[in-house]
Amino acid sequence: MATKQDVKVLGWSASPFVARVRIALNLKGIEYEFLNEDLGRKSDLLLKSNPVYKKVPVLIHGEKPVCESLLIVQYIDEVWAASGLPILPADAYDRAVARFWAAYIDDKLPNQAPVLLGEADEPTKAEATQHMFAALQQLEEVFEKCSEGKSFFGGNTIGYVDITLGSYLGWMKAMEKIAGIKLLDEEKIPQLVKWAERFCSSDAVKEVIPQVDQFVEFSKVLQAAFKAAASPSN
Amino acid sequence: MDEEVKLLGSWLSPMSRRVEVGLKLKGVSFEFSDLDVFFSKPPELLQYNPVHKKIPVLIHHGKPIAESLIILEYIDETWADSGIRLLPKDPYERAMARFWAKFFDDKCSLPLAMSCWTEGDKQQQILADCKLNLTTMEGALKGKKFFGGDEIGIVDIIVFCSVYWTEIAQEVVGVNVINEEKHPILCKWMKETVDSNVLKDYMPPREKLFCHIQTYKDAIAALMAVRFGSN
Repeated sequence: MATKQDVKVLGWSASPFVARVRIALNLKGIEYEFLNEDLGRKSDLLLKSNPVYKKVPVLIHGEKPVCESLLIVQYIDEVWAASGLPILPADAYDRAVARFWAAYIDDKLPNQAPVLLGEADEPTKAEATQHMFAALQQLEEVFEKCSEGKSFFGGNTIGYVDITLGSYLGWMKAMEKIAGIKLLDEEKIPQLVKWAERFCSSDAVKEVIPQVDQFVEFSKVLQAAFKAAASPSN
Repeated sequence: MDEEVKLLGSWLSPMSRRVEVGLKLKGVSFEFSDLDVFFSKPPELLQYNPVHKKIPVLIHHGKPIAESLIILEYIDETWADSGIRLLPKDPYERAMARFWAKFFDDKCSLPLAMSCWTEGDKQQQILADCKLNLTTMEGALKGKKFFGGDEIGIVDIIVFCSVYWTEIAQEVVGVNVINEEKHPILCKWMKETVDSNVLKDYMPPREKLFCHIQTYKDAIAALMAVRFGSN
């Protein structure tokens, strides 16, 4: 049984990638210590635990670091298989489908964040918004197919694709406010909008994703982080 | 069950080859549909991978799976009791294998390919990226015989395919990306892998691949520039 000291999460609260790890741990009922990283100055522990990417999140389980948010979620699901509910489906094909859509989400959504959470001209914002809409439209269809009438992509309970997409909801709401666009549009993606409400109000999630106003405050920090990530010196 | 396994791929693609290798190492018999994806997107591909329209695609019991790493995990799980383990059993070691597979695909796979098909400053930048990132990959070997430990695993398969292709392409175009001086650990691993197990037997014949790349090198360079040139 893991004690709080055994499990640490290095992260910062506005990161969707960090949110995934925290949501997964919450779903499994695992206690952990959250170590908040200062984006402007990476801690020695972060640099030691993730020497390859030097990025959050990092899960440290009994001294062993695991990096990359989706890999951490899979690790959590496997290590604590006997706790809480399964995050990935039991069937191998369904697992492959879940991994496919999680990879799709990470391929399509994060690229738009520097534009829609930052400052960019109108044509650039319009293009980024289009990319977001196209992806969300695709995911609306995926939800219809995967959920089979149930509440989540994973079925009756939150699963892998729910966590992957749901972790972006804070950013998406912030994008709506900062860029003045409507992404979670009931007319265009009605099922996803209802899914988003269910996801955000679930116990495992509600304390993890900050409120929109906090994201807007964070956006300046995020902009600096995006610029730093894009620079060749990283 | 085996009769219902079909792979949509191309003999020219290292990504497709990874999946072939995975199936063969598991002793799974399959139908291989060698698609011409160089000049067009065949209808079968559009049907089974409408999202990305790329090979490889594994079709099992009529259901398609795309993305080579996802397919390899599926193969490992579905035929868990056959052949070698592609991924370790221990969750931490599995996470590490997935990490290095992802790192290789995100940071090495495309630069290795592009290093042969770019010129001038752009090529120099890509060669510098390759050197840095392959050195990081060497760290993953950490005194082990293979990336998978004592036996080959998923990371060995994907790196082997890429390196095999790159070594042939670099000979065609006259570029030196991977050599003992720059990457002694990787070269030692490559030699060990070639000497000690069957991976090399699952590769396309060297002369055949060399001739093809040499014959079509201008077309390949143009295609790579179109597909990846804006990166």
